[in-house]
Amino acid sequence: MFDNPMLTFIQLLNGLSLGMSLFVIAAGLTLILGVLRVLNFAHGAFYMLGGYVCFSLVKLLSGVPGGFWLAAIGSAIALAGMAYLIERTMLRHLYERDHLYQLLFTFALVMIIGDLVRFTWGTQVLSVSLPPGFKGAVNLGIAYYPSYRLFLCLMGVIVAVGMWYFVNRTRAGRFVRAARQDREMLESLGINVGRIYMLTFVGGSALAGFGGALAAPAVALSQGMDAEIIVQCFIIVIIGGLGSLGGAFLGALILGLLNSFGVMLVPNFEIVLIYLMMVVVLMIRPWGLLGKPEAQ
Amino acid sequence: MITQRNLILLGIVGAALLALPLIGSLFAIYLVNEILIFALFALSFNLLLGYGGLISFGHAAYFAIGAYACAVLLTTFGWPFFLAFGAAAVISAVCAAVIGYFCVKLTEIYFSMLTLAFAQLVWAVAFKWIAVTGGDTGFIGVAVPDWLDVPVRFYYFTIVVVALCAWIMWRIVNSAYGFTLVATRENRNRAEFIGVDVKRIQLVAFILAGTFAGVAGSLFTLFNHSVFVESAWWTQSAEVMIMSILGGVGTFLGPALGAATLLILDRFITEWTVYWPTFLAIILLAVLFFFPEGLMGFASKRKKKGE
Repeated sequence: MFDNPMLTFIQLLNGLSLGMSLFVIAAGLTLILGVLRVLNFAHGAFYMLGGYVCFSLVKLLSGVPGGFWLAAIGSAIALAGMAYLIERTMLRHLYERDHLYQLLFTFALVMIIGDLVRFTWGTQVLSVSLPPGFKGAVNLGIAYYPSYRLFLCLMGVIVAVGMWYFVNRTRAGRFVRAARQDREMLESLGINVGRIYMLTFVGGSALAGFGGALAAPAVALSQGMDAEIIVQCFIIVIIGGLGSLGGAFLGALILGLLNSFGVMLVPNFEIVLIYLMMVVVLMIRPWGLLGKPEAQ
Repeated sequence: MITQRNLILLGIVGAALLALPLIGSLFAIYLVNEILIFALFALSFNLLLGYGGLISFGHAAYFAIGAYACAVLLTTFGWPFFLAFGAAAVISAVCAAVIGYFCVKLTEIYFSMLTLAFAQLVWAVAFKWIAVTGGDTGFIGVAVPDWLDVPVRFYYFTIVVVALCAWIMWRIVNSAYGFTLVATRENRNRAEFIGVDVKRIQLVAFILAGTFAGVAGSLFTLFNHSVFVESAWWTQSAEVMIMSILGGVGTFLGPALGAATLLILDRFITEWTVYWPTFLAIILLAVLFFFPEGLMGFASKRKKKGE
């Protein structure tokens, strides 16, 4: 299968661009999971909503230079606003409850957002055209490759570096890390942990919306895209380690590459291969490749 | 516990179920038949959630395994009906045993994650193993034997199977084993201190739950004459969880009541709006914030207040 270097190279790029666009979404999920300890099934719905909001904003801003980019940022802001409302009115009352109730709460969100999308945008498949400047392919020496896909790779890396810097090098990031480690201790030091939870949820959801907006030109917008993406994000987060950003990056790379090369190795059964890997990782290292085992 | 009052209630429900075909509505028979199947599925799930405190996120896997096993054995291999029906339950049990063996090693969120991962694996296999399962198009045209292929007969068949399974589960949760399972839920450490092999107790619960889910899946196959790959997708696992919580996981029959409520609402609300999920979500939110013990818990609390 590797005797065709051009094909291998293209599959490598396909894997990278898939992995990196998934990373943007999974990063938000793992952040929320690490800090709030909430398994947010609605994260995929936020991603879907981000894509649809981007579609409408692109339409609204047609003719404006850089319209797509403004729309993508607008999607992130819209999702942040929605997440803020959800957190303040409902989610924060559930932190102390059993995680089963949090799960059910996120299910309810999945259903409501699914209907909201159907109500607002209908059931037909929608697409967003590629932003100007990214319509063509780039000559990479041995092969041509769509430039927007390359941009997605780059964007994943930018988000990864940005988040790493935020979490590890800023004062706010230090609070996030502390909240992840020991909520009660942080609270007793006089830090408003509820606010950190809120900001984490808002930030993570904004990333989901942004990821959805960036994915919009590369995928078709349709109902049900949320249920698929959330499973992929869970795989990434599980492989990497719950709450670990580096782990999510590694998980996204593995998932992307396994997807593209799995097609060549075991055609038709690449999905099975991916789930199998998730199962194996959980059995051997339930805390993930880069996560740390929790003290019992 | 069975009080006289509950026994009378159960008798009334039972009599109503048996008498239902007398009203002659095929619609009612189909609806109640489906409710019975999902009631069994929800009851099996509650062995894990309600009695064992185990939040399984992949219970649909065993439902689907039972459903596909029954379809394949009956149709592809042409096995006699009762052999195929029994074997489907055994296959579900074996799969639950293998998967459960790995899952009970983990706790809490990791347990939920691994059950989800395995269920997705089952889904992926069903989706891609087209030669056996029919893949995306589903397994269509299950060879239901002629003697059973009459709505009223299948309805009574379902009643017998579901009642039998429910009775067995009732006996299980009221046995010494059942009390031990509750003890592992209440306090894992204390149960271990007094010498309970917690993992083994949990594994047995996992196998039992998987087996009864498989029976429900087989019934659903016979009911629909087909199986679709969606029956293993995570949303199906979510649905059974919602049914159980809605009815109340603290009681034996709560999940069955939840299944009935959900399916009846589904049927009637979808008549006049496509936005059924939003209604379901609102009901779910109401349960979460105002009636965390579900319908059954709410009812029994009110009764206590009145006494």
